[in-house]
Amino acid sequence: MAWKREEKKALAKEAREKVATYGTDINVEAYSPETGAHPYQEDLSSFSQDEREQMLKAGVDLAATNRSGTFVQKDLSVVHSRSLQEGMEIMDVEEALEQYDWLHEYWWKAVPVDMDKYTARVELHQEHGYFIRSLPGKKSIYPLQACLYLEEENLAQDVHNIIIAEEGSELHIITGCATAPHVKHGLHVGISEFYVKQGAKLTFTMIHNWSENMAVRPRSATIVEAGGLFLSNYVCMQPVGTLQMYPVTHLVGEGATARYNSILVAPPGSVMDVGARVFLKAKGARSEIVSRAITTGGKIIARGHIVGEVPGIKAHLECKGLILSDDGVIHAVPELEGHKQEVDLSHEAAVGKIAQEEIEYLMARGLSEEEATATIVRGFLHVEIEGLPQELKAEMDRAVEISEKSLL
Amino acid sequence: MLMIEDLRVEVEGREILHHVDLEIKQGETHALFGPNGSGKTTLLMATMGFPSYHISGGRILFKGKEITNLPLNERANLGIGLSFQRPPTIKGVKMRQMLEICGKGERDIESMARSLDFEGFLNRDLNDGFSGGEIKRSELLQLIAQGPEFFLLDEPESGVDLENIALIGSVIETLLQREIQIKEKRSRKQLKRERRKSGLIITHTGYILDYLDADFGHVLVDGELACSGNPREILKTIKEKGYDECVKCCGI
Repeated sequence: MAWKREEKKALAKEAREKVATYGTDINVEAYSPETGAHPYQEDLSSFSQDEREQMLKAGVDLAATNRSGTFVQKDLSVVHSRSLQEGMEIMDVEEALEQYDWLHEYWWKAVPVDMDKYTARVELHQEHGYFIRSLPGKKSIYPLQACLYLEEENLAQDVHNIIIAEEGSELHIITGCATAPHVKHGLHVGISEFYVKQGAKLTFTMIHNWSENMAVRPRSATIVEAGGLFLSNYVCMQPVGTLQMYPVTHLVGEGATARYNSILVAPPGSVMDVGARVFLKAKGARSEIVSRAITTGGKIIARGHIVGEVPGIKAHLECKGLILSDDGVIHAVPELEGHKQEVDLSHEAAVGKIAQEEIEYLMARGLSEEEATATIVRGFLHVEIEGLPQELKAEMDRAVEISEKSLL
Repeated sequence: MLMIEDLRVEVEGREILHHVDLEIKQGETHALFGPNGSGKTTLLMATMGFPSYHISGGRILFKGKEITNLPLNERANLGIGLSFQRPPTIKGVKMRQMLEICGKGERDIESMARSLDFEGFLNRDLNDGFSGGEIKRSELLQLIAQGPEFFLLDEPESGVDLENIALIGSVIETLLQREIQIKEKRSRKQLKRERRKSGLIITHTGYILDYLDADFGHVLVDGELACSGNPREILKTIKEKGYDECVKCCGI
């Protein structure tokens, strides 16, 4: 592979110390870069009970029959990877690099390799990641699922994922990141580059189930061509030490659409700095960023940035935060940036406690104050997502339900 | 059924109701009139138990039990139901879910919704974008599901178009068991004796009285019950001569 890998590596080396724009700076040297390999598991039923349960909380159901393919990476080893539908590819990204020499064209195309020390680190230390692709015109019958699992204490997991929805195809993915119950510390840096070709539709639902002291720095970007749709859902309702991500989408083709939904719940001790940024670069591009944040004592920074670069685009940003504890903080940072007269950008942000009026309304129908509060919080977290397949909606609902129990 | 004795209610530190006495017996429906700001809504809200309506004196008894200091939900569970004038929107909570809450999961929601031509709203967020008339129907539907023995209705006809007012009127009539079943050969007196449901209805316009007979009317002026009597006569006097004259007629 004589391609520009060397060039990328050189850029990465230079950015090795580059502090990220957002999030506390993590001492990456504190984490172990290597661990023993795990064996490949052909049979999904051979995963342990603990693993299955942890993965299930992150939406990855190893027992499900309604999946078109499954990928599992445990620590630094790919332990399972198989597609069950023709036209849907799911494999170790390194295997894909060997199989497809054109893949280098997508490598660090959406995410700059020298963005910060984390991207640089992945280029220099990368251990696998997944490659998922839907072939032109093919539609995934069921979602494909991918899990990045951490079993080793204090490990650094650096992965690079590439997802491509070829022209006119439809691809639904659920990815879960989870740690084994005994894992307390660790670093996860995941690069995800998404390419949505002309007229393709890609839905990507990511559920995180980390532990209290995990440091998490995903770096994702998406390029959507004409008529393409990118729908990203993110759920993080379990404790995490420090999480920072600010995925970016470039809507480069006419009528391209991107929607981001995120549901965040920060318990005491968790810091979540999560946003979404969309550049609308072509006529008729549309975007919507919706976030729901609840703190029960942790800190949430909910960012959103929409950039209208050309006339005839429309985008909306919505951020709602509920503060359920005086120890918690929700900081909403919605940004609108218009570069032309004919752009239509709007936002709506509200942060506060549950309205007393709403609690009393439900109490007047016979609910206790606690039941009324729970009902309102559940409603708050229930974000309706257009275009999400039933299986994925069920997984999201399940993730929300599991967390609600500990929340209320 | 409901007994209000020497009730004083404060809102934000200001006394709104002064020494109100009112008794509503089982099976009776009373209409409450009064100019804007006279304290009609305050009386309903205090009876239901909203914490921002502070009871500073007197007491409220329901079915012989003192409820003056009971929280909202306990009053609801004892059998008091209130229709809100301006209910809040609760995002993410569906109309259907609210009806399940009201009916404690035991009612046939679909058929109830059909009776108010409201099936199309079951999957909508509660009160989200509802028009004035839709809010009224939603509130009544919730009361049907809840099935209280005592109804507190705050201007059930306001904001309702002419087409729907008859529907709402007849639903309230049914809720309060006031429909006259001609087929059954029973006297009005008998019907009245069998009637279990009671209510207190605020009405500004009195339109609702075209659809159901109230047994008594009361006029609330400046936080005091100034006059009680035949609801139709009171309404007639108010319409013809205004509240001042009406109060004078009552001899206060």
